[in-house]
Amino acid sequence: MSLRLASLLLLLLIWELASALAGSRLLPSPQAVLAVIGAEARSGALFLNLGATLARVLAAFSIAMALGAALGLAMGRNKAVDRFCDPWLIVLLNLPALVVIVLAYIWIGLNEVAAVGAVALNKLPNTAATVREGARALDGSLDEMAEVFAMPFRTRMRHVILPQLAPYLAAATRSGLSLVWKIVLIVELLGRSNGVGFEIGTAFQLFDVTRLLGYALPFVAIMLMIETFIVQPIERHVSRWRPKHA
Amino acid sequence: MLDVAIARKTLRNASGESRIVLRDVALSLKSGEVGAVLGPSGCGKTTLLRVIAGLDRDFEGNVLLPTPHKIGMVFQEPRLLPWRTVAQNLELAGAVPGAALDEIVAALGLSQHLSHFPGELSLGLARRVAIARAFAISPDLLLLDEPFVSLDAALALRLRAELLALVEARKVTTLLVTHDIDEAIALADRIVILSRHPGSTVADRVIETPRRAMTPPRAEKAKAEIEALIAGAAG
Repeated sequence: MSLRLASLLLLLLIWELASALAGSRLLPSPQAVLAVIGAEARSGALFLNLGATLARVLAAFSIAMALGAALGLAMGRNKAVDRFCDPWLIVLLNLPALVVIVLAYIWIGLNEVAAVGAVALNKLPNTAATVREGARALDGSLDEMAEVFAMPFRTRMRHVILPQLAPYLAAATRSGLSLVWKIVLIVELLGRSNGVGFEIGTAFQLFDVTRLLGYALPFVAIMLMIETFIVQPIERHVSRWRPKHA
Repeated sequence: MLDVAIARKTLRNASGESRIVLRDVALSLKSGEVGAVLGPSGCGKTTLLRVIAGLDRDFEGNVLLPTPHKIGMVFQEPRLLPWRTVAQNLELAGAVPGAALDEIVAALGLSQHLSHFPGELSLGLARRVAIARAFAISPDLLLLDEPFVSLDAALALRLRAELLALVEARKVTTLLVTHDIDEAIALADRIVILSRHPGSTVADRVIETPRRAMTPPRAEKAKAEIEALIAGAAG
């Protein structure tokens, strides 16, 4: 913990020194960024924009995780589904995020559905591919046990299959949250009139690095808090049955 | 209660060759009867149990079971859900909490372990949980696949006695697969002997002496007879 703190302090120190060398226009000092954050918070704009971005992140993430996990599970369990969907998956995995976003805006319009849908579609193949690996590694002997004891479908899903997929879902969540929020910023920059991405776009036009950092850093802090206070505790809870090793 | 007539069962190995594992296997059990399938390693005993349990439907022949039926199975490995506690493992399989379940749990010495995860149990304890799970659903048919293999002799003997007490108390029709002649004699009313690969029924023998009246000399005599039957099948 103290090592983490020292590392953060070192980062701040380097920032401070670099800003002194580079000049405040290119790289403002931490104090200047903090002042902008304070001003934006007082006007309420900061929370409005952070909230808009966070809502888009959560919506896109939930859709991508739910559909991606279902698709990955079906592909990992059934060879025919796997063969049928695999080419689609490869196309989606290799389609640049920008292409999906622009197409969504052109086809659906400059609205929330297009924005969230485009982000979800970018994350979905990634989740499906990860969960497919998990589904392929499912323990057949436990499946047979569930079959002999005639466990109902819901019981099987919840108590036999999902616990085995938990590490894969956790990996998809980790990489997913960070990927989704980065793409959300691009979506906002290109076609929304609020959110962190929109504010960063405005700051770019004005060459206002202070404002850019003033919006980017609080959002990074929010994502860090989600990881520490939500994702990690859930992970600890679902892996509590594993024997602890020193 | 249970009528099995398998004309042929083939299995395909990883390189795609198929081989016959069971041929002309017939056995039947009356309600409440305990049967043992005895045979050398690799003669298809486990395949036979899987066919009866409905896990493998790709065979020529018939398996007749009353419908509807509940099957309790003890696999060679415990096959517990490692992420659920012992109590949850029992309940998820269909055990109803109550006096009957408490009795089974107590009989198998598991009362102290209900809140433990399977990873915290020794193999012997995990085996007992698997046995408790099979009993706890009050099955119509109990299938046991070498349930005491790789346990030390003393523990196997104790678990065998506990199993026997449960079978006697509940009058469950039971089919046990084993390669251990003593185990088959100690537990079964009826012994079916399978030949070496591919397994086929070579003898179906009813043990006249009830299990409780079994004495060492009588067991010795039964063992000698069965060994003679096995030798006859091999020769």
